[in-house]
Amino acid sequence: MNTTLNQHLIDPEICIRCNTCEETCPVGAISHDSRNYVVDAGLCNACGACLPPCPTGSIDNWRQVLRHAAYGVAEQLLWDTLPVQDPALAAGTGPSAPPAMAPRPWSAGQPALNLFDHRRPARATVVGNYRVTGAAAASDTRHIVLDFGATPFPVLEGQSIGILPPGDDSFGRPHHARQYSIASPRDGERPRYNNLALTVKRVTADHDGRPVHGLCSNYLCDLRKVETVDVTGPFGASFLMPDHPAAHLVMICTGTGAAPMRAMTERRRRLQGDGRQGRLVLFFGARTRDELPYFGPLMTLPAAFIDVHLALSRAPDRPKAYVQDLMRAQADQLGGLLADPETYVYVCGLKGMESGVLAALSEIAAARGFDPQGLLATMAAAGRLHLETY
Amino acid sequence: MMSIDYTDLIPNNVELGADRTLQRALEAWQPNYRNWWLEMGPEGTHDLDIYLRTAISAEPSGWAQFGHVKMPDYRWGIFLAPRDPERAIGFGEHRGQPAWQEVPGEHRANLRRIIVTQGDTEPASVEQQRHLGLTAPSLYDLRNLFQVNVEEGRHLWAMVYLLHRFFGRDGREEADALLERRSGDTDNPRILGAFNERTPDWLAFFMFTYFTDRDGKFQLCALAESGFDPLARTTRFMLTEEAHHMFVGESGVARVIQRTCEVMKAHDLRDPAQVRALGVIDLETIQRYLNFHFSVTIDLFGADQSSNAAGFYSAGLKGRFEETKRADDHVLKDRVYPVLTVADGRLTEHEAPMLTALNEVLRDDFIRDSHGGVARWNKIIEKHGLPFRLKAPHKAFNRRIGQLAGVHVTPDGQVVAAAEWQAGAAHWLPTEADRAFVAALMGRVVEPGRFANWIAPPPVGINRQPIDFSYVRFD
Repeated sequence: MNTTLNQHLIDPEICIRCNTCEETCPVGAISHDSRNYVVDAGLCNACGACLPPCPTGSIDNWRQVLRHAAYGVAEQLLWDTLPVQDPALAAGTGPSAPPAMAPRPWSAGQPALNLFDHRRPARATVVGNYRVTGAAAASDTRHIVLDFGATPFPVLEGQSIGILPPGDDSFGRPHHARQYSIASPRDGERPRYNNLALTVKRVTADHDGRPVHGLCSNYLCDLRKVETVDVTGPFGASFLMPDHPAAHLVMICTGTGAAPMRAMTERRRRLQGDGRQGRLVLFFGARTRDELPYFGPLMTLPAAFIDVHLALSRAPDRPKAYVQDLMRAQADQLGGLLADPETYVYVCGLKGMESGVLAALSEIAAARGFDPQGLLATMAAAGRLHLETY
Repeated sequence: MMSIDYTDLIPNNVELGADRTLQRALEAWQPNYRNWWLEMGPEGTHDLDIYLRTAISAEPSGWAQFGHVKMPDYRWGIFLAPRDPERAIGFGEHRGQPAWQEVPGEHRANLRRIIVTQGDTEPASVEQQRHLGLTAPSLYDLRNLFQVNVEEGRHLWAMVYLLHRFFGRDGREEADALLERRSGDTDNPRILGAFNERTPDWLAFFMFTYFTDRDGKFQLCALAESGFDPLARTTRFMLTEEAHHMFVGESGVARVIQRTCEVMKAHDLRDPAQVRALGVIDLETIQRYLNFHFSVTIDLFGADQSSNAAGFYSAGLKGRFEETKRADDHVLKDRVYPVLTVADGRLTEHEAPMLTALNEVLRDDFIRDSHGGVARWNKIIEKHGLPFRLKAPHKAFNRRIGQLAGVHVTPDGQVVAAAEWQAGAAHWLPTEADRAFVAALMGRVVEPGRFANWIAPPPVGINRQPIDFSYVRFD
């Protein structure tokens, strides 16, 4: 159930190509050619801003699809009609189904959303840009701190922002915004200053290992102090942390998927003096120790505060380990946590990790005598299971 | 966040309350507007409860609030798109300078003229359509008509705000005159020719909203680029409403075609007379309506060679469609553009300075855009396995303005003799008999969920409501 996506689509038979949705979309997910208007599933965050302005109702179409098989933009541009819903995935769709927005934890803060868009971005100043992967690591991951000065930019842990890279694409249109998770807690990377941090990996190869020059990541990684950046957002109303102290957080991430986990962990760390808190358990995967962002600071946190499990898939001195292997090794602890209604599970990282993590969670739940699909569905519906993969 | 002040008599997001003089002037104009609506607005509708959308803010979530209201109580207000404090003029001789927040003295007369011409079309179309409610093919269509009408009324408000706020006494007099001219009146007609024609039936209404409101879209898009920022922001917000009007047109014609094709297929008919005998509009008549509305509408863009258009552009008053998305110098001094003329009995293109040909540039953008909908209409016919295809006529067909005025060109683009053209006109343009036939089909249907025989139901309702929702209540 969690590998499906409620994909937002525009009905080409009803749409009159009036451009209102494209004008309205705060994240630039809607584009068009001479034939169709289409939604990029990789950019759409189902915020619903385009729904009321559409004069036709063509905008309000949703299809349950497997996440890895979402309809691409090129495919949608050729459609004359919407594809039929695969009945095996059909639960909860239909023209009047609301956008797929998993609920947030009941005690989560009220998020501010879409305060700035590509027409009116907020301007932030770079006040820090540090490498957070070891010197020996091939990958260059950076911790970038942005200061918003006098511009209000309220955020919560787990939210993301959009970065507008300067310049135009090959069609002469301004580049669309790229989204990055915030790596700092709500009161700022530096407390009580109007700033936030991002974890950005310099993209030098695509998913298949072919060399590419990641436009926005390279732009960000090369920024120097006092340079300014145009920012949109904040985005995200679901992947948020519970604010009540008894909640346990199970955080499972790989690579730069660590950003929201760092934000939540740091939030809890700053609240440490406030009395007894629920447990923090972190499963963190990377290829080698040097490629773990924030490895040094992480190791200095006391075990009583956070239980950290590192999975290294390419470490020369030890066998390959993935986050799901370490989860299985911690089946007793995790089984107990899954049975506890105060447990909130967060998964963030590359798309490939999602099925393995869900399989491990299902096994652990089954071993405890739960119906695994039922338990995970119940947790998701209660805002206690959140997945964000890319 | 900009929200609209409903405690004021006139809803607005322009801080009207802070400018007492302006507020008073508009409050004095408002009862005259209401009287105009009662006299010239949709006939016999003042007590109906209509499911309308009302803007409560200029944000995406706020300007489409739905509920049943009586039209005379509709909250017409003044809404501008949010201001971008860093906006610069994007074209012409002032390119790169900050957009004007007040009217520059040297452009005052021209800006006033642009605003009055745009503003005059809004009440004109309400007047043209005021009898249509009596023959609506369904409650759904009746509601769509009224939504178009109240929004044309709001667009009038938008232009009147600019006249009152920025043009002093002249502006107030122009605002009064907007309520005094009447569509089709011989003594005091509306400014543009096409807005003095009555909209006689629903097929004409759908064609009008498809083609003529699309002219509105292109004019508004060109004004949304204006260096005069309040005009740009006003028209930007009007465009979100204009989209609904084109939806009514495109989907309306599509549903007429759909119904005709269903009947033709079910009875295996091709002959227009037999199609008509079953109470639906034959595709040939739809083609003739299309030819008429297309040709009348493209005249609205004005003469193909216009020093006014060049002046408006160079001065930064009116840009091109999607000006900021175009990759050229946005000054156009050395650019040329192909313009059609007739020489030696043949249509030929010659190159004219782009600046003076800007009306033609906008007309061609419009033509490209309107072809899209015609292609989508043809898909419906194709789906039913019928060989007929609709076609937008040649740009030189039936023109009354510019160098092509009075030239005899067929819909296919052949220059012919006057006599030949006159003989063909009955095949190309709706005849009295066509209009009488269509008029005879028009009868009011007011049962929720029912539709007149000549039109198919829409695929979805308004604002997720079912098709058989009571979009209009009569009690």
